Amino acid sequence: MHQLLNAFKPTEITLPNGKKVLEPKSPVLLYVLLVLALTFFFIELTGFNLQTIQRRGHQFFVLLENMFPPNGNYAPSVWVPLIDTVKMSLLGTFIGAMISIPFALLASTNITKSKFLILFSRFLFSLIRTIPTLVTALVATFILGFGTTAGTVAIALFTFGFVGKLLYEQIETVDMGAYEAVESMGGNKSRAFAVAIIPQVMPRFLSNTLFCFEGNVRHAAILGMVGAGGIGLIFNTQLALRNYGNVGMILMMMFAVVFIIEVISRFTRSKLV
Amino acid sequence: MNAMQKQLILEPKSGRYKLLIFILILTALLWSSSTLEFSASGMGGAVIARNIFLGIFNPDTAILFNWQNGVPFLLLETLAIAFVGTLVGSILAIPLAFLSSQNVVGRPISYVTSLFIMAIRTIPVFVYGLMFIRVTGPGPFAGLLTMALASVGMLSKLFAETIEELDTGIIESLDAAGCNGFEKIRYGVIPQLASDFLSTVIYRFDMNIRDVAVLGLVGAGGIGAPLIFAMNSHRWNEAGAIIIGLILLVFIIEWLSTRIRKKLARG
Repeated sequence: MHQLLNAFKPTEITLPNGKKVLEPKSPVLLYVLLVLALTFFFIELTGFNLQTIQRRGHQFFVLLENMFPPNGNYAPSVWVPLIDTVKMSLLGTFIGAMISIPFALLASTNITKSKFLILFSRFLFSLIRTIPTLVTALVATFILGFGTTAGTVAIALFTFGFVGKLLYEQIETVDMGAYEAVESMGGNKSRAFAVAIIPQVMPRFLSNTLFCFEGNVRHAAILGMVGAGGIGLIFNTQLALRNYGNVGMILMMMFAVVFIIEVISRFTRSKLV
Repeated sequence: MNAMQKQLILEPKSGRYKLLIFILILTALLWSSSTLEFSASGMGGAVIARNIFLGIFNPDTAILFNWQNGVPFLLLETLAIAFVGTLVGSILAIPLAFLSSQNVVGRPISYVTSLFIMAIRTIPVFVYGLMFIRVTGPGPFAGLLTMALASVGMLSKLFAETIEELDTGIIESLDAAGCNGFEKIRYGVIPQLASDFLSTVIYRFDMNIRDVAVLGLVGAGGIGAPLIFAMNSHRWNEAGAIIIGLILLVFIIEWLSTRIRKKLARG
């Protein structure tokens, strides 16, 4: 016990001139102990058990084996919902990104002078980012009815929070010299913004929006599970009916579409930034 | 004609290019606008919206402060799933990361491992949830394993990026000083990787807390299932209590994670 306590006490070093100094111990050991204690507590809480995995681990692959080979005859009925998913991601991303621009302006300290507006728009961004997309999608289906409209709204909200936060951080790091120059030449604020700030933030903004779009296509699959339209809807049905061949086909086609979108988006982003 | 005008003429003409992009985006939007259909709900929607907002602003305090099996317990369970899940995920990701860094294993093996990681990422989270439920039965254990596997893709990719940036000069100089293999790893490799790895893990933990809600869809524990049940049966006060708890948790974790990561980045 005594030695354990010593591990946290600073060590005393006597300098050649006889002066004594204390070398503080690094707190790493304390953090490690804290994380270990938390881990044990949480393992107990969740019922984590390696033996179960060893004993029943093979069960994990049963579902995968059932999905292969995918049922090719089902492909024609996958196309429409799949295209719907892409459409709602596209529209939702666009709407969300557009709406985020004015709010991002209000949230940047170098453009907006009012403290209240800055705090308000920042709070709005973090609040919207905090609410899980699943919850917004569920609420949207209650209000707008089942279907792709609800999915589009949920995606737009998520994009708003994600792109908006990155955008105002970007605007704040912009070089303000050009902005001031335009103002001193007699341009008004909106003119100065258009010619001095937009060119600086535009490539990054587009790149972030594209990146968000990539993720949204993946997320859109989950949204369908709560009734917000698109591929998730048929996915849910086929899973419930235990038509695992069809489920495999849906997954394969989804993978292909996501892959194509990622390749295009990555290429475009590498050109942008 | 002064110098300024000359410069203006020299500027490359990108008008046609911009017009092309504009038309492209416009067509994509028109094509995708068919997903919007304002049909069914109408007035019913407005009433439901009002009920939802009333419920969220009048949370059910009995559940919100019930320490036995109310919101605090659910939040703790969510925290536990995300914490252990991220931990297991990072343990799985470290060997994969080394196997996918070109400067450690060379090109061919790195490509094969990267493909494997991509395959893991392809399958949606809830499918993993269903697969693990077969192994462990429904509950937080399944959720934890799902979170772990879902984190592996991103973690190993970011880990590999850090490993590929390793400064080999330090290891060479330790070699020249006569250090053995273990010492080279302890003083040459770990100090270079540790802070970046930790920062990545904490970032993923932050993301996992948000994603735990998805697990509720398949019954893999966490706060998702009670939330979805409450919403589907229109018990808005209960849903409001859970949402408020979740938002608080996410805020606290995000604040902590940003603080720690800032400290790690500055050294």
